[in-house]
Amino acid sequence: MDQVSRAGGPIVELSGVEVRAGNRVLVTGIDLSVSDGEIVALIGPNGAGKTTLIRAALGLVRPSTGTSRKRRGARIGYMPQRLNIDRNMPLTVRRFLGLAGRFEPGARTQVLEETGIARIIDSPVHDISGGEWQRTLLARALLREPDLLVLDEPAQAVDLTGQAELYRLIGEIRDRRGCGVLMVSHDLHLVMSSTDQVVCINTHLCCAGTPDTVSRDPSYVALFGESVAETMALYHHNHDHAHGVDGSIVHEHGHDQHHG
Amino acid sequence: MNTDTISIMDDFLVRAVLAGAGVAAVTGPLGSFVVWRRMSFFGDTLAHSALLGVALGLLLGIDLTVGVLAVAVVAAILLLGIERRTGLAMDTVLGILSHGTLALGLVAVAFLERVRFDLMGFLFGDIFAVTATDIAWIYGGGALVLALIAYLWRPLLSATVHADLARAEGVPVDRVNLVFLLCLALVVATAMKVVGILLVAAMLIIPAATARPYSRTPERMAVFAVIIGWLSVAGGLGLSFAADTPGGPSIISFGLLLFALTTGLMTLRQRRSDG
Repeated sequence: MDQVSRAGGPIVELSGVEVRAGNRVLVTGIDLSVSDGEIVALIGPNGAGKTTLIRAALGLVRPSTGTSRKRRGARIGYMPQRLNIDRNMPLTVRRFLGLAGRFEPGARTQVLEETGIARIIDSPVHDISGGEWQRTLLARALLREPDLLVLDEPAQAVDLTGQAELYRLIGEIRDRRGCGVLMVSHDLHLVMSSTDQVVCINTHLCCAGTPDTVSRDPSYVALFGESVAETMALYHHNHDHAHGVDGSIVHEHGHDQHHG
Repeated sequence: MNTDTISIMDDFLVRAVLAGAGVAAVTGPLGSFVVWRRMSFFGDTLAHSALLGVALGLLLGIDLTVGVLAVAVVAAILLLGIERRTGLAMDTVLGILSHGTLALGLVAVAFLERVRFDLMGFLFGDIFAVTATDIAWIYGGGALVLALIAYLWRPLLSATVHADLARAEGVPVDRVNLVFLLCLALVVATAMKVVGILLVAAMLIIPAATARPYSRTPERMAVFAVIIGWLSVAGGLGLSFAADTPGGPSIISFGLLLFALTTGLMTLRQRRSDG
């Protein structure tokens, strides 16, 4: 963290942030802030610098220009991307949560209930499902009673139904705890319903705003291509066609054309 | 020290047992971390650099353990620096340095022709020749390492699981990793007398790997690794004493036997339970 902002403002605020690795620019010119009770989704294609930006917000990497400010005394719960525990390390869910450090005795019971993983608390971390593992990571972030949750691809390795559930859970946690949420996702339509602000980046800032405005933004369409934009468009206009299994457009009343 | 302890310490077999047990008590927990962090090749590289330390010690006329410790510490810090820079894959860097430092060490000691020098003793250890000073190093260094590891246990585990997550939770990861590497250097320097430069890494890895299938928690794996290390020392020394085989290699061979037996047993039991 470069600076600490006064109380009452955003929990974290990045302005004009650029991060380099050697001479390579990983992200540049990014403004982003998260306030209490706000869910901000960071989207962009692979290699767009989403994780780098998250690391800058967490203070794990120092911006080469611009500032990363954190509100004084703000606690941050972090859920990293792709955390694989070496099979050589025996670790139960309970011990993994314990690595978070000191926390109130009551906090764990509450967090286990919130994330629904009480059942697997004594299971080895290698034996639980992808969805259970993501919930365990979320539980560890929550144990710190964070003012801000930073979630890097929270729904990875989770099936589609599980993904929707996980995003709903994140929304519930925000409602209950009033914390801010900054999360990375690569697909907007999954996080759309639970997000207040969307920041779309591809090394630089492409567009930002409500999910609705971002999905109509020409730079968003250009970045993700017509097909994704079309999927997004399903949310905005009534269906006048459906897609066949081969991807071809099938008109609603035109099924018999195939036989004709 | 009264006369009784002096006479007991005079017995080379007692000294060998004490030295072996002292080394195994430290290589258990430290070796577990080496296994969890996938650093077995790293440990090997540190150990191979020890021969350069021996040459340095002989050249400067200082205690050889101090020479080895100094070189191992420098090697550890250099490796940490190289790991941070991208460019070459870490296993390539280790492959170069592991064998490079060993070759350099062999060349360096060849220049010291006038010094009476037991190369085999350094390469494979000479547990029956350990002195009271060696035992003091093993126990003094061992106590320091165990105290540091116990004090840093949770941050060290957390940094092992995920460095960034640990950092975000306030663990000073770089400092913790540095302490771990210094501990590893100290263990390499003290264990060298017992199992030798070429087999130090085996003493770190084999007991820990043997303990893994029987452990549900990291703590249990570390404790089991110590017990398995002690069994290896007892069995190896027994074999060595009875059949006049070299001490260090006998300890490692016995450890390998334990590993093969327990792993085989585990596989059989799993196959049976699978139907």
